[in-house]
Amino acid sequence: MSRRLKTGGRLIDRDRPVEFTFDGKALRGYAGDTLASALLANGQRVMGRSFKYHRPRSVVAAGPEEPNALMEIGTGARFEPNQRATVQPLWEGLSARSQNAWPSLAFDVGRVNDLASRFLPAGFYYKTFMAPRPAWKHVFEPFIRKAAGLGSAPTEADADRYEFKYAFCDTLVVGGGIAGLTAALAAMRAGERVILVESRATLGGRAATDGAEIDGKAAEDWIKNAVEALEKSESVTLVARCEGSGVYDHGYVICTEDLTGFKADKSGPRERVWRIRAGRVIAATGAIERPLSFAGNDIPGVMLASAVRDYLLDYGVSPGERTVIVTNNDDAYRTAKALLEAGLRVPAILDVRPEVNSPIVRDIKDLGVKVHMGRGIARVHGNDAVTGVSVCLQAGDGAVMQEIRCDAVAMSGGWSPVVHLWSHCGGKLLWDAERAMFRPDPARPPTGADGEGFVKTAGAASGALTTAEVLADAAETVGGDAPSTAVVEEAPIRPVWVMPEGAGPKLRAKMWLDYQNDVKVSDVRLAAQEGFESVEHAKRYTTLGMATDQGKLSNINGLAVLADRLDRTIPEVGTTTFRPPYTPTTIGALAGEARGETFQPLRRTPMHDWAETHGAYWEPVGHWRRAYCFPRAGESHADAVSREVKNTREHLGMLDASTLGKLLVRGPDAGRFLDMLYTNMMSTLKPGRCRYGLMCDENGFLIDDGVVARIDEQTWLCHTTTGGADRIHGWMEDWLQCEWWDWKVHVVNLTEQFAQIAVVGPNARRVLEKLGGMDVSAEALPFMAWADGTLGGVDVRLYRISFSGELSYEIAVPASRGAALWSALMEAGADFDVMPYGTEALHIMRAEKGFIMIGDETDGTVVPQDLGLDWAISKKKDDYLGKRGQMRSEFHKPDRWKLVGLETLDGTALEDGAYAIGEGTNANGQTVVQGRVTSTYHSPTLDRGIAMGLVARGPERMGEVIRFTRIGQEPQEARIVSPVFFDPEGEKANV
Amino acid sequence: MLLLTCPNCGLTVEETELAPGGEAHLTRFGPASGDAEFEAYLFLRDNAKGVHFERWCHAYGCGKWFLAARDTATLQVFGTYSAQTKEPPAEILESIAKGRAT
Ligand SMILES: [Zn+2]
Repeated sequence: MSRRLKTGGRLIDRDRPVEFTFDGKALRGYAGDTLASALLANGQRVMGRSFKYHRPRSVVAAGPEEPNALMEIGTGARFEPNQRATVQPLWEGLSARSQNAWPSLAFDVGRVNDLASRFLPAGFYYKTFMAPRPAWKHVFEPFIRKAAGLGSAPTEADADRYEFKYAFCDTLVVGGGIAGLTAALAAMRAGERVILVESRATLGGRAATDGAEIDGKAAEDWIKNAVEALEKSESVTLVARCEGSGVYDHGYVICTEDLTGFKADKSGPRERVWRIRAGRVIAATGAIERPLSFAGNDIPGVMLASAVRDYLLDYGVSPGERTVIVTNNDDAYRTAKALLEAGLRVPAILDVRPEVNSPIVRDIKDLGVKVHMGRGIARVHGNDAVTGVSVCLQAGDGAVMQEIRCDAVAMSGGWSPVVHLWSHCGGKLLWDAERAMFRPDPARPPTGADGEGFVKTAGAASGALTTAEVLADAAETVGGDAPSTAVVEEAPIRPVWVMPEGAGPKLRAKMWLDYQNDVKVSDVRLAAQEGFESVEHAKRYTTLGMATDQGKLSNINGLAVLADRLDRTIPEVGTTTFRPPYTPTTIGALAGEARGETFQPLRRTPMHDWAETHGAYWEPVGHWRRAYCFPRAGESHADAVSREVKNTREHLGMLDASTLGKLLVRGPDAGRFLDMLYTNMMSTLKPGRCRYGLMCDENGFLIDDGVVARIDEQTWLCHTTTGGADRIHGWMEDWLQCEWWDWKVHVVNLTEQFAQIAVVGPNARRVLEKLGGMDVSAEALPFMAWADGTLGGVDVRLYRISFSGELSYEIAVPASRGAALWSALMEAGADFDVMPYGTEALHIMRAEKGFIMIGDETDGTVVPQDLGLDWAISKKKDDYLGKRGQMRSEFHKPDRWKLVGLETLDGTALEDGAYAIGEGTNANGQTVVQGRVTSTYHSPTLDRGIAMGLVARGPERMGEVIRFTRIGQEPQEARIVSPVFFDPEGEKANV
Repeated sequence: MLLLTCPNCGLTVEETELAPGGEAHLTRFGPASGDAEFEAYLFLRDNAKGVHFERWCHAYGCGKWFLAARDTATLQVFGTYSAQTKEPPAEILESIAKGRAT
């Protein structure tokens, strides 16, 4: 039974009790507690259930490496699953729930998985996918969905805000233990700009807990002085509760600072993401103790020896009354010392090493503790709590020599340096056999822009084990004097990967490697046996080292077991890749302020406000908002679109066309340049005239289209699609800067400088005449001509172009005059039944006329010849972008899918993207298709469904009826017709 | 996130200010070219693990293209230079030979 001791706990404030709940039960802890320490203090050892077998689990660790004690914290819009209780500070009113327990933590039906564990071996999921379909549907899936999953997903949008901070420094020190402090002090003294981040609330790391003498002072005092010196310096920034999450190329580091996660007051941003560009990074990230693999090593009460010490000394919490210690190194003896000093009992220390005579071992023996050399644990007894251990020879097969009654086990399998930040950007590791650890290889650091290493490690992260080694390494890393400390002799570690050495299958099936994912020694061995020999494959097959802890405890033990099974050395097997972030980062923190309305900038046309006040229903088009339609009271969107189309065709419609790209291309070589960019000839266009043009990429695929107007001898204005403006501008610049840099041409993107209004319909000319100021007659301004002039006193450029088949003008004015001209036109147009129309009416009218739309009829695999646009491709030009690509045989196959119109036999509309069904099936047994729908609408003008599509040999098959897929229904029959559904002679525009 | 110096405006900028443009020093093959030449121009890239000549556009800055010589494995940058050239300049090749920027 765990409990709070009467005294002790250097991080808690016994004068400040804190109320919180766990699974609805009201409990009390102290300020400074973590959720884990407070639960242990309340005797609540079982904190969750394991992922696969639903075994009861308690904390094993006291830091971010904790795999078991994952909680759902908070409620409503501040609910968050999978929070590690070991790093969750306690705050007044915190509500925590256990996970993976159904229906309750104490009684969990998923526990049957444990009893059936031999049916859930490594690769269970993959093997399950191979099961017959009915078994999957009726047995596995419902079962897995009910019982699996780490925590539940929040149901509300996150109530919190997050922010970014950008910072620059010469040296970034990650980790505020004595190594980090030593490094930061040295960098400060060298005159550098220093940032030091520490993930915990307090600096000092393990030294303060374990005690040591540094520069003749107690570690705690030395730390206090060091922190004061750093805080006083103007060139040093100290940030606590801030984790170094990831190191990226060229010294870019992401750090995540907790702002409100540790307190009841949730006002203000919850987290701050520091985006730091550092000259160099010192990873003083310490080391993590490894568990030992013995049967029953996951039973609540089995903890890392260092964690036992942390709970005792930092929080005044005892994990048990009688703690057996099992170790392969000297460090766990510190735990024995701490337990004894707290008045708790240590019935035995089981040390796998045959003989050790270092000072700390002698000290403990002198205190009367029974130290059994060469021994290990055969198995731990107990279900929901440790009740005892069976002792065996480490060198044997697990034959029980002795039973010891105890309620806790402290284990130490040695220490693994936290090499994550070193490795994120490619720093390499070496296997140090003497220390039984992978540590950074200083000769192979991650390199920066100058080719030099930009990450160094300091202290335990380098593989240093004792205080003296840690301080010396940190000082050497930065180049300064090491603080003085006594050199304490320690006996070497003896690596142990399985306990006992000769354990058979039965014991191996109860030895947990990865607690969070329920991966056991037997699973890794099975994976190796089944051929998953690469460490990366074994990881994915067994799920070892996956999930939220990313194998912080399990990786080294797991790969050692794999190496043993494969008869290879540990360095031959190697580690899996360390990827950022170090611990899970909230997506909200990475998004920062970029959510909702501030997700991205919104582009508004000069007429946006008018449309807003006149009831526009908006649709996003790139960064723009465009009016889809202008529904009136009681009207559906479909009704509104229908009305807008009819009114435009019969009377007068107005469209805000300002979003269309407007690229000015000017210079002595502009004509030659445009001849290369467009498939047709632009150099021969006469000033005052317009020409429709197509642009292709070098593959020959159609990428954009639009009307080009020749302004003067050296100037063309190229209209692009709304979405293409920036892209095509970039495309032009690329060719001008990187291929034809000696051509005298420049390009200016004028898209936002001009408002553009389409005035469309039989009354279009009349409304312009009413405004007056320029001759808009058919003689003065024929189809595909443009002219400068004034309308209603506003300087305009008037294009007579049409995307609807109606008599149509597009009026370009400086953006600042757009709203005024729009209003003037609406007012003048009242006599001519004017109505605004939106993008959907635009789309329908162009489809009725068989005009293509980039992105509908094209998808990056369509050449203009597929769309019957051969008339817009010059035969005279030797070259244009895409010409060589279009010469390839693929585009000249007779059964190429080509553009046609489609008319359903029953008058309904085809489904968007529907496939035309062909004859028979292909090699994969799938139905052969012979085409697809690219645009489909209900035409208000014709009162029937119309569509365009690409159909194999389509233009040769006019009148043929083919069938189109319809989701969940019988196929639909449609006749192949001309894509021009309305006014094929073009009479309406020719007035 | 890479740091590269734009030779057009002289600024050393974050990768987020830049748009990548793939391999540099490609020769364009047009309608007169054979299938093999055209395929090489359109599709075949060195994809080097090691020194790579590449195109970058200072898209959120001066808007100009430039070229960079960079080791794709170590991320070492040997230099950046004008996009208006058919081959890497001598000083860039010298940097690469020396293993560091000159
Ligand atoms: Zn620039």
